[in-house]
Amino acid sequence: MRDPIPVYVHLRRAKDLIDRDFAEPLDVPALAREAHASRAHFVRSFKKAFGETPHQYLLRRRIERAKELLRSTPLSVTEVSIEVGFRSLGSFSATFRQLVGEPPSAYAGRWRSAAQPRIPACFTLMYTRPHESTFREAGTGDPG
Amino acid sequence: MITGLSHTTIWVLDQDEALEFYTQKLGFEVNTDATMDEFRWLTVNAPGRPDHELILLVPGPPMMDEESAEQVKALVAKGALGPGAFEADDCRATYAELNGRGVSFLSEPTERFYGVEATFRDNSGNWFSMTQRTDVPVAN
Repeated sequence: MRDPIPVYVHLRRAKDLIDRDFAEPLDVPALAREAHASRAHFVRSFKKAFGETPHQYLLRRRIERAKELLRSTPLSVTEVSIEVGFRSLGSFSATFRQLVGEPPSAYAGRWRSAAQPRIPACFTLMYTRPHESTFREAGTGDPG
Repeated sequence: MITGLSHTTIWVLDQDEALEFYTQKLGFEVNTDATMDEFRWLTVNAPGRPDHELILLVPGPPMMDEESAEQVKALVAKGALGPGAFEADDCRATYAELNGRGVSFLSEPTERFYGVEATFRDNSGNWFSMTQRTDVPVAN
């Protein structure tokens, strides 16, 4: 079997690019270039390595960053949606609700009135991204 | 009583490349680089801090069977492992310096309740925090 390690290194670089530039208009072809792979092969191997597609990873990273801004800044929901890379408030709110289970305004209201837990931000970055068990792809018709 | 932590193992994919990264990019000092038979004991430390050594080790036999070694290497390469947090005297200046040397950052310096923090990866894929702490606990 081919050594999988160099492939993982390339895939990780693409994933890191999402983590770093999540607010930019990233698209799959650009990410595939970062990973030195064709588009179809990139999406397949990314999913195999990390358990989700690059697009899912990007959406979840954006929502995780939005959660952080809603907890720790006074930005409005609209400002937060722009800040994390959504082009419309509608798609931000729908994605947020789908992944988090409540609207962004409710999430912000809950956290901004509470004392912030004393957890280092590098760990919330790594551990509070919405994940598979909370995620429903749009249009799958899964009632959850 | 236990008085501290003196050595931390960092799994890397290649010792020479890791040595170059930790010394040339991060500015660490070589603490010990010794070889016995085929085993290379390679440790580095932050400048002036020989009391905490980072052991740069490649997973492999006889410590680990080949299959386990490949699994650990895959975890490192995929970026799943985060061994710890470094301290910096000036996070923003150090970020600018390391970023200029090509260190891959996951987040830029940001104010947190405990200080200013950025996160980066080493060349193998391990992620670390780099924090300029404002809440440094004082030993009794």
